[in-house]
Amino acid sequence: MALLEIQGITKRFGGLVANHDISFAVRPGEIVGLIGPNGAGKSTLFDVITGYHRPEAGEVRFDDHRLVGRRPDQVNRLGIGRTFQKLRPFHAMTVLENVMVAAMQHQADPWAARREALRYLEFVELADKRDSFARDLSTGQRKRLELARAMATRPRLLLLDEVTGGVDQRTIPTLLQLIGRLREQGLTLVVIEHNMRVIMSISDRIVALHLGEVIADGPPSEVVKQRRLIEAYLGDAFVVPSGEPRASGEGLRGAGEGRA
Amino acid sequence: MATVDEPRAESREPRRGEASSHIPMATGGVAAPPPARTGWGPILLATLLVAALAFPWVFRLPYHRDLVIRVFLYAMLAQAWNILAGYCGQISLGHAVFFGTGAYTSAVLQTTWGWNPWLGLLAGVPVAVAISQVIGYPCFRLRGHYFAIATIAIGEIVQTLAINWEFIGGARGLTLPFQKDSLPAFQFHTSKYPYYYVALVLLVLCLLVSWRIERTRLGYYFRAIREDPEAAQSVGIPVTRYKLIAMAISAAFVSAGGSFYAQYVLYLDPDSVLPLSLSILICLLAVVGGVGTLWGPLVGAALLIPLSEFTRIQFGGTGRAVDLLIYGGLLTSVAVFQPAGLVGLLRR
Repeated sequence: MALLEIQGITKRFGGLVANHDISFAVRPGEIVGLIGPNGAGKSTLFDVITGYHRPEAGEVRFDDHRLVGRRPDQVNRLGIGRTFQKLRPFHAMTVLENVMVAAMQHQADPWAARREALRYLEFVELADKRDSFARDLSTGQRKRLELARAMATRPRLLLLDEVTGGVDQRTIPTLLQLIGRLREQGLTLVVIEHNMRVIMSISDRIVALHLGEVIADGPPSEVVKQRRLIEAYLGDAFVVPSGEPRASGEGLRGAGEGRA
Repeated sequence: MATVDEPRAESREPRRGEASSHIPMATGGVAAPPPARTGWGPILLATLLVAALAFPWVFRLPYHRDLVIRVFLYAMLAQAWNILAGYCGQISLGHAVFFGTGAYTSAVLQTTWGWNPWLGLLAGVPVAVAISQVIGYPCFRLRGHYFAIATIAIGEIVQTLAINWEFIGGARGLTLPFQKDSLPAFQFHTSKYPYYYVALVLLVLCLLVSWRIERTRLGYYFRAIREDPEAAQSVGIPVTRYKLIAMAISAAFVSAGGSFYAQYVLYLDPDSVLPLSLSILICLLAVVGGVGTLWGPLVGAALLIPLSEFTRIQFGGTGRAVDLLIYGGLLTSVAVFQPAGLVGLLRR
């Protein structure tokens, strides 16, 4: 039984088809990596799932609820948390207040919300920054803040958009550890990520998008070998005639790091 | 990079051992009244309140009393505006609509059906709240400047409607009947002190409500919506509903202020209770004092209302508008040198 089921989603912006007939499912407890070159439609799909965009066709099911047509706040209250590719902390509020606001969904009392928020800040190792304004944080810290904020709404499914994008190399292991701990807590994750080494190591399954369509869906070890994926990232010059990449994942890794 | 010793950041949290307060922290960003953390707050507040209560008995000139009554009234209006615009970030330039609603509702109920003015004041509140929701629902789809522009347009439409609506007196306006002094009749001619205290009560009420909002979920949600409506949605906040709540609270107080004004002046017409200039003045007082703060609107009103009076008396009356030049110059100085509002000066 899938926790999240995406069924034939099509989303157009004018003449541009951002998502075309996308279908895949996410099982409870799974970490699914969503990959694809820029403009593949990954963030658009997140926006469709969470109610920021209304698709022209298709349906999203979460735990027997139909999501299409619901507002973002309603989707969140059903149990889906998300972060944004372009980070959106509440700039003029403190780190603690950012997370408190989210925790207030379940704890109307500010004191109780504060206690809960501190737990999430400790989880993402940001408790020492609780009194700083969100606008004063570094990118890596903001990513962790957004993660804590999304978690404070107590979701069962987390959609993380570009976990390591714009973060310096030393911080990446910290973020990866966090994701590992999220899984231990029983959360289901869909992660958009450009850093191939990262996404291959954390995902149970990879879904690859290209020009708005699913071009690969399977375990990381199988997906990297697929010809269409390599074409999408590097062009067909890198695909050796037999259909096998020259060295498994080598070209992909280079492409990923170039972006990150 | 943030540093923990940033001066404003200190106020985020109660000091250790300061458990007496049930408030988790001075609400952050621009919403933290500095006195709350120093311990001077209660003393300062008590002094202010005693001064306000004693004022009419010390300064006995009707002129001074009238001036302070207007400071109270405009401070209340600006604070009510601040709940919607300062905390929740929805800049309205049409708040005269609610002022006019309050003024006209109580006045029409009194002149046409003989209602008691106090009941009229109470009746104006739900009418203004209803109107605020009808305006808010479509307009809250607009962001930023577009929302402000829409509220200007609605303000102009409502004023034009009032001018052409004979039932409420049209362009001639309404004159309220002169009655014998009494509290139930809301008229005090031999001694104007009661007007003073009614205005003070309205202001204190509005400040108390704002203070309470800052410290509850409502205030946190308002600020999250101001900062980023889409991010607010992502943590489960129904943004439009909370904007409408802010609008309702704001409209309720402004309407009460309008009813008070009608009873105080005993005459109203579309030019005095529904002009765009009133909407702008309300906004201006809050902006000069400090948007999104508890004390900003009061500080703004306490400075600007007497200042405009002063420049008018000192330099006005000659037809050269020197008073307006000076007034405008001072406003510009605040905007240039203290864009966070005068309350920002205290934070340093």
